[in-house]
Amino acid sequence: MRSMPLRRTLGWGLHYGILGLYLVFALFPLFWLVKVSVTPNDLLYSEGVRLWPSRANLEHYASVVTHTDFPLFFRNSVVVSTATAIFSTCCAAAGGYAFSRFSFGGKFWIVGLMLVTQMFPLVMIIAPIFRLLGPLGLTNSLTGLVIVYTAFNVPFATFLMQSFFDAIPRELEEAAMIDGETRFGALLRIILPLTLPGLAATLGFVFTAAWSELLFALMLNSSTAASTFPVGLLSFVSKFSVDFGQMMAAGVLALIPVCGFFFLIQRYLVQGLTAGAVKG
Amino acid sequence: MSAIEILGVRKDFGSVPVLRGIDLAIAPGEFVVLVGPSGCGKSTLLRLIAGLEDLSAGEIRIGGRKVDDLPPKDRDLAMVFQSYALYPHMTVRGNMSYSLKLRRTPAEKIADTVKRAAVKLGLLGLLDRKPRALSGGQRQRVAMGRAIVRAPKAFLFDEPLSNLDARLREQMRFEIRKLHRDLGATSIYVTHDQIEAMTMADRIVAMNEGTIQQVGTPQDLYDNPANTFVAGFIGSPAMNFVDGMATFGQAATELAIGTERFARLPAMRMPGSADPPRDGRVIVGLRPERIAIAETGAGAIVDLVEPTGLGSVVHLDLAGQPVKLFTTDRRPLAVGEHISLRVAAEDVLLFDRNTGLRLRAAG
Repeated sequence: MRSMPLRRTLGWGLHYGILGLYLVFALFPLFWLVKVSVTPNDLLYSEGVRLWPSRANLEHYASVVTHTDFPLFFRNSVVVSTATAIFSTCCAAAGGYAFSRFSFGGKFWIVGLMLVTQMFPLVMIIAPIFRLLGPLGLTNSLTGLVIVYTAFNVPFATFLMQSFFDAIPRELEEAAMIDGETRFGALLRIILPLTLPGLAATLGFVFTAAWSELLFALMLNSSTAASTFPVGLLSFVSKFSVDFGQMMAAGVLALIPVCGFFFLIQRYLVQGLTAGAVKG
Repeated sequence: MSAIEILGVRKDFGSVPVLRGIDLAIAPGEFVVLVGPSGCGKSTLLRLIAGLEDLSAGEIRIGGRKVDDLPPKDRDLAMVFQSYALYPHMTVRGNMSYSLKLRRTPAEKIADTVKRAAVKLGLLGLLDRKPRALSGGQRQRVAMGRAIVRAPKAFLFDEPLSNLDARLREQMRFEIRKLHRDLGATSIYVTHDQIEAMTMADRIVAMNEGTIQQVGTPQDLYDNPANTFVAGFIGSPAMNFVDGMATFGQAATELAIGTERFARLPAMRMPGSADPPRDGRVIVGLRPERIAIAETGAGAIVDLVEPTGLGSVVHLDLAGQPVKLFTTDRRPLAVGEHISLRVAAEDVLLFDRNTGLRLRAAG
């Protein structure tokens, strides 16, 4: 009997020990990002490996904001990611609803085709896409990026939205239709409010994917005016040196919109809104 | 309230026929129960009436008007779903007033109607709650409330009580019946529970495998089942079916079960006045509550006794075939005891072995 509390303590320790280890593993790179971003250049190589520099300041942040094109990259990224998130989520919601509720000819093949698009490595199709977008004047343009990102995110986002629609009982729409709604009215006033968590999750997923995309942004846009911040981060790597301080400061700044975005949508991400719709 | 006519309705899902030609006329104000095992097509028929599914063939008329091409919203019906289907993001008040708002009813009238329905259903204190804060029984009442706030042409109920516990189900059965008495609206009620069908219906429509097996009052279906399906489905405990051998004569039918003579019945005809089966092999239907333990009669051996409080269900071995009888006689019976059974001639039903159809007394 006396071994029980000991075993429980051990179990508890193991439980939280593993959680703690995972937390350190996941968050340490972020911590290092912040640490390097506040380390003055003269201490970067002279102090050896330390958890926190003996002197910290924000000079890298100041120079990133005032002496580089980073504010422009940042603005471009916000525009591209927001537009991609909105367009993709609208398309995905419409498609996901159709897949969830209707049976129509060719549904199997359309779903299959959408899955196939997810199977190719992106590198394979960069050249054809470049050839397609060039004559249309969509290279070196944010619009071009939005179109490409939307096209690549819609399939997965559609499956995501479909799963959210599938979780909402059909009877809710049917009840609304009998109460006097059209199908579209039922979708708008009954189903949509219940899909907010799904819409928020999809928005968040697509926004993050577009925000951190490098390959297309680098290949399709070469002008500074149409570069996004991941491309901008590369500009801190010059032929002879890497400006780690500024690069890390820019990285920390780039985290802010994503964090802000998730802060905005987090209350919709909370599940359980449909609880109480059916039986009990 | 309106009459509902269903004319030659068929429904196929892909190549699978679910309804194979349904004809049914429901009078204004009638309470009709569609009953049958799962998959018999009763819910599909209800959904066709509601407009939630499209007909494959046939016609549905509500109040004399053909509604096949009308969307659900234009059919002016109210429906209570098995899962209740309450709008989770709306309060009880919101749920109940939704259909009225869509019909642009003035706000004061909505408030008044919702309040009256809430009083009737005992929901007055719960109007500002969301469905997730309600118990199963309360949700069921809200679903009922959503239906009764307007005066629809008919009410459709799709197994509305199957998610409730036994006691609550009994109470709601009574309340739905009372509501029907007060409102007098045409109602179609789908259930797989024959007790619900028996206690609530003006008329029962017994369905199996996409066809109507029999339509009639509860008493009619109990006393005069058309075939083995209806006979076995209606009544609890279920009717016994045993193999028998009949000798069909001009004046009388002699029935034997096993080697023993069992009963002398009137002369019998097949449905449609065909001749009874030549080989004399029939299915004998005996209601457990119509079998009496007597001093003399067919011999049987007691297999098991199940007390139910009101009486006992006695499982017997009758010439090698299992038979149940229900008795309120409290005389203790021992397992293995030999007893004699007696059944009045009018309580012995004969069915054709091939078609399951009931043989009727000739003349």
